[in-house]
Amino acid sequence: MLFEAKVGLARATAVTSRTTGRGGGTTLPGRLLLRLQADALQRLAERLPKGAAVVSATNGKTTTAKMAASILSPPLRLCRNAAGANLASGVASAMLRGEDADLGLFEVDEAALPAVAEALAPRALVLGNLFRDQLDRYGELELIAAGWRDLAAKLGPATALVSNADDPLVASIGRDRERHTWFGLDDPAAALSEMQHASDSKWCVRCGARYAYTAVYLGHLGDWRCPSCGDARPRPSVTAREIQIDGLDAVGFRLCTPAGDVAVRLPLPGVYNVYNALAAAALALELGAGLEQVRAGLERFSAAFGRFERIDLGSGEAVLLLVKNPAGGNEVIRTLAADEAPKRMLIALNDRIADGRDVSWIWDVDFERLAPQIGSVICCGTRAAEMAMRLKYAGVALDRIEVRTDMDEALDRLAAAGGSSYLLATYTAMLDLRGRLEQRGLVLPFWQEAA
Amino acid sequence: MTRITVGHLYPEHLNIYADRGNIAALERRCAWRGIDFQWIAIGPGDLLPDADLYYLGGGQDRDQLLIADDIARHAEPLRAAVDDGAGVLAVCGGYQLLGHYYRGHQGDEMRGIGLVDLVTEAGSRRMIGNIMLDSRLDGAAPQRLVGFENHAGRTFLGEGVQPLGQVVHGHGNNGEDGGEGVQQGSVIGTYVHGPLLPKNPGLSDWLIGRALERRGQDQQLAPLDDGLELEAQRVAAAIAAR
Repeated sequence: MLFEAKVGLARATAVTSRTTGRGGGTTLPGRLLLRLQADALQRLAERLPKGAAVVSATNGKTTTAKMAASILSPPLRLCRNAAGANLASGVASAMLRGEDADLGLFEVDEAALPAVAEALAPRALVLGNLFRDQLDRYGELELIAAGWRDLAAKLGPATALVSNADDPLVASIGRDRERHTWFGLDDPAAALSEMQHASDSKWCVRCGARYAYTAVYLGHLGDWRCPSCGDARPRPSVTAREIQIDGLDAVGFRLCTPAGDVAVRLPLPGVYNVYNALAAAALALELGAGLEQVRAGLERFSAAFGRFERIDLGSGEAVLLLVKNPAGGNEVIRTLAADEAPKRMLIALNDRIADGRDVSWIWDVDFERLAPQIGSVICCGTRAAEMAMRLKYAGVALDRIEVRTDMDEALDRLAAAGGSSYLLATYTAMLDLRGRLEQRGLVLPFWQEAA
Repeated sequence: MTRITVGHLYPEHLNIYADRGNIAALERRCAWRGIDFQWIAIGPGDLLPDADLYYLGGGQDRDQLLIADDIARHAEPLRAAVDDGAGVLAVCGGYQLLGHYYRGHQGDEMRGIGLVDLVTEAGSRRMIGNIMLDSRLDGAAPQRLVGFENHAGRTFLGEGVQPLGQVVHGHGNNGEDGGEGVQQGSVIGTYVHGPLLPKNPGLSDWLIGRALERRGQDQQLAPLDDGLELEAQRVAAAIAAR
C-alpha cells in the first residue's frame, strides 16, 4: 500500500473515534499508521513546511507547549497534540489532523522523547526539567537523563536545543552543542529559604559532591554549582527577573532576552509557571518570534485543561489542578498556601498505569504545609482511603476528612456544600473528574478544550 | 515521659520511595500516645549514635553508590547495637545493603554490611507491582502486610534465615521461593514500600513496642483509631489480588 493510502486509512479512524466519543482520535489514527508504516513520524514531519518543535519535561509539558502556541499562532498555523497524547502515536495523530499546518508543535513524554525526536528531527527541542515521577513506569531519573544524553549526541546540527540551565541534570545534556539556548530564573528574592524534602539530583552529576546553591527556586532548580569539580549552571540568556506573585490570579516578571527586556503579566500563578513561560519564550524566539509577540502571547494565555482550570460548578467556582508527582505537587501546594484562607478541597487519587500504580509518591508531597488551611476535604478515586490516611498523618483532623471513592458522589457533596473549592487530581482522576463535569454540562471535552 | 529514638541512615541519599512516610508513621503513632519521639539523621562521615531503631531506606542506584563505602564503617557498631537490643528496619535498597553483597550483571559487587546472612543478585527483569504477604512476627498470629515492590535484585536468604512473610500476591525476594523480606530478631528487611508502615499499623506498633522494650519501658501500647489505615490496607490488598 502506498503511504498516501495508509494516511487516508488512518485518518478515517479519527472520524470513527470522534463520533463514538472515545478520546477524540488523539492516539488511534497515529497508532494505526505507525503499525502500517514504521517511519511515519519522519515522513509526516518532512511535510511540515516549517518543520517541528518539541517540548519535553517531567512537569509543564502541556502548559509550555500551549504557551508557545499562544505566542506563535497566529501568524503560524500549528498542528499540536494539545490533548496530552504525547507518545509517538499521539504525535502522529496530530500530524494526520493538521494537514494545512505550517509548523508542528508537540509535547513529548520524557521516556518516549529519544525515539520520537530522532524521527522528527525538530528545528528546536525544549528540555524543561527532570523530576522523579512514576518510578514503576519510568524507572530511575538517571535512566531518562541517559536517554536524553544519547539523543543530544545523535541530533543533527540543525536542531537547536532550548534547555533549563537551573536543572543540573538537564544542564548535563548537550552542553557541547553549538545552538543551545539556556533559560533560567535570575531573581534571588524569589528563592526558597531551604531545599524541599523531595529534591532530586542533589549530588553532582560529574563527581558526586553536594551542589551548592546561590538560590533554590523550585525542587532542585536554581543557581547551582559544584564546589568540588567546579561545574556550574550555564549562564542563561533568557531569564526572568523581578518576579511578583499576584495571589492565585497571575504572576508578573521582567523577561530578559538577547532581543531585549519586557515586562510580562502571566495570567497564571506560581513560580513553576514562570519556568514554563521562559521555556515557551525561549522556544518562540528561537523559532523567529519577536519580543512583543512573545509578551502578547504569554499575556493572552489561558490555562490548559486541568492545569489551574477554573470551572463554574453553579454553587461556586472550582479550580482544577493536575498533581502527578512530588515536585509538581509541592509547587501547587506552595502556590495555594500563599493564600492563607481556609480551603474547601477535593483530592482525587487514582493508581492506574498513567498515574503510576505506586502511590507512595504522595508521601513526598508536602501536604503538611497545606494541612492547617484545609477546612474540609473530600478524598475520592481508586486510592481514596490512602489519600485520606496521608492527610491524617499530615495533621488534618479526622472530622475534616471525608472518603468518597465514587467521583460523582464526591462532586455532588462538593457542589452541595457550595462556595469556592480546589480540586487536586492525578492524571486519570483529572480526566475522570472532567468527564463527570462534562456530563453535567460544566466543561467541554478535553480534546475540544485543547483545540 | 516514655520516649524512643530512631536513627535514620542517609536520609538525603536513600529516600526514593517515600521513606519519609515510614518515619511519619512512627512519629505520629508515638505522638498520639504521648510517647516522645526523637529522630536523628545520620549522614556520610557521622558516627553511629545510640538509637532504639535504625532505619535504612532505598535510593537510586547512583545515590546508593555514593554511600556504599561510607556505610561499611557502621557494620560493626550496628551489629553491637542490635546485640544490645536495637531494632533495624531496612527497605528496598537498604534491605539489600543488610546482606553480604549485591552482584551486578557484569559480576561487579557492591558490598553490604553483612548484618544478615543474605545475598542479592541482579535479575533480568524488574519485579514491579502491588504485593501482599502473610507475616508472622515472633511467631505470633499471621498478619497481612501490603504495599508495592519495584526491584531488579533477587535476594536469597542463607540457610535457616527466616523471611518476613510468605507472598500471597506479588513476587517477593526473588520471585521463586515465595518468601519476602527477612526477620532476624528485631532486624527487619523488606522490598515492600508504599510506604510500608502507614498502611501496616500492626508492624509500626510492633517496632515501637520493641523500641520501648529495649528501654525497659511499659510496652502496652494504647489502641488507636486505625479506621483509615485498615481501609487503605484493605484497598491495597484487593488491588494486589487482581
